[in-house]
Amino acid sequence: MFLKNILYHFGRYVMMLGTAISRPEKVSMYYRETMRQMNDIGIGSLFIVGLIAIFIGAVTAVQFSYQLDGTLVPVYYIGYVVRDMTIIELAPTFTCLVLAGKVGSNIASEIGGMRQKEHIDAMEIMGVNTAAYLIMPKVIAALVVIPMLVAVGAFISIIGGYLASVPTGVMADADYIKGLRSFFDPFNVTMMFIKAVVFSFILTTVSCYQGYHVRGGSIELGQASTNAVVFSDILILVADYLLAVILTS
Amino acid sequence: MIRTKDIFKSFDEKEVLKGITTEFYQGKTNLIIGRSGAGKTVLLKLLVGLLQPTSGEVWYGDTNFFNLNKKEVRAIRMQVGMLFQASALFDSMTVEENIRFPLDMFTNMTYKEKRKQVDSCLERVSLSGVNDSFPSEISGGMQKRVGIARAIVLNPRYLFCDEPNSGLDPKTSIVIDELILDITKEKNITTVINTHDMNSVMEIGENIILLYQGEIAWRGHRGEVLESDNETLQDFIFASPFLQRLRESALGK
Repeated sequence: MFLKNILYHFGRYVMMLGTAISRPEKVSMYYRETMRQMNDIGIGSLFIVGLIAIFIGAVTAVQFSYQLDGTLVPVYYIGYVVRDMTIIELAPTFTCLVLAGKVGSNIASEIGGMRQKEHIDAMEIMGVNTAAYLIMPKVIAALVVIPMLVAVGAFISIIGGYLASVPTGVMADADYIKGLRSFFDPFNVTMMFIKAVVFSFILTTVSCYQGYHVRGGSIELGQASTNAVVFSDILILVADYLLAVILTS
Repeated sequence: MIRTKDIFKSFDEKEVLKGITTEFYQGKTNLIIGRSGAGKTVLLKLLVGLLQPTSGEVWYGDTNFFNLNKKEVRAIRMQVGMLFQASALFDSMTVEENIRFPLDMFTNMTYKEKRKQVDSCLERVSLSGVNDSFPSEISGGMQKRVGIARAIVLNPRYLFCDEPNSGLDPKTSIVIDELILDITKEKNITTVINTHDMNSVMEIGENIILLYQGEIAWRGHRGEVLESDNETLQDFIFASPFLQRLRESALGK
């Protein structure tokens, strides 16, 4: 029964994406909607991403310095660890988990509300491919904007690590900079962007799916919104593990 | 003209429509009436393809709707306008943007041409000057009229109205009914109205089907309603003692 349920939803999800990928009725309308979504997802999430990123960097620096205390590991390793932890894992994963909560629930509620108020039916009857018009702009916007947010988040995180360790006297400015410049592998940045793209696709499409197929009333809409966050988070973590295995092997 | 042939529709075990065969005529207001749960909304949704029948056919002229591919369905839908029970206006758009939406999506008209078309539709529904209002800022009756304006902006051949008078006072209901009737005549379109408003039945019912437990229990026009001895129809139309007395006095009993 559980497996049947999973297969049912997966099949419906794939079919929804199949319908969504089609030629737009009017490119200018899709373009306008994509720009609106980019603004909502990108500018609208900048503050929360920045706030979380600065603390991620700060906490990583403080905790790693605590672990190094009394060891022979050079202190500049703090900068190196903050940089790599942030770029490889924390920036893409944390940012996307947070965005699944903020953007994902918003998408599910927006589309679900449109379904319940018959807006989607109204568009269908006009001849609009609603799966395409409501889903594709969100997916494209997320694929463009979320990797940018992740990059900004990684940068702010590194600044957060600096602020937590240099002004507080844990290490000297030169040591932190030395750590940031040590053992740099450009592929880590590629890995960050691959993760960001995959996670953005997951969080937008799963949330769109939850909203697009909502039935019933406000309770079901709330459930759809919750499911969007929960399933996006689970799938992001599963994808994180798989990508870690694939990209580092 | 729209024809349905032997339409059956079930949800799980529950059979909602049982072999509906009927015709909806061009240039006429075709009414689907019946008590709540009789299958009116299901039939209307089947007619516009929002639901698939369990079996049966829907014909738009010479075209079997359910044999069409998605592209052809969209082409038919370009000829369809629909007024929803709750108007289904997009909340975040102004009245003008709501009415302009189909023009933006499907035409290459300039902004000036679209604006002109929107104004003419608003004028047609007697709502000039509310272009910049949001749906939440206008009354329910005005929202219905905006819904009608949006439904006719692409000059459809078919107009569907799902309970156009629900939630409206009797005076406003009459205005909406007259508007729908006038537009049907002016544009010579096929209009299908799903209603249980008795005033609509008596005023604009040019072709009426009464659904009862998923089947057509009666068909006719408004002129035949008073004199029909169909019990299901009389039970439905003249449900209250007051209306029964009114009928008896009208028939001189």
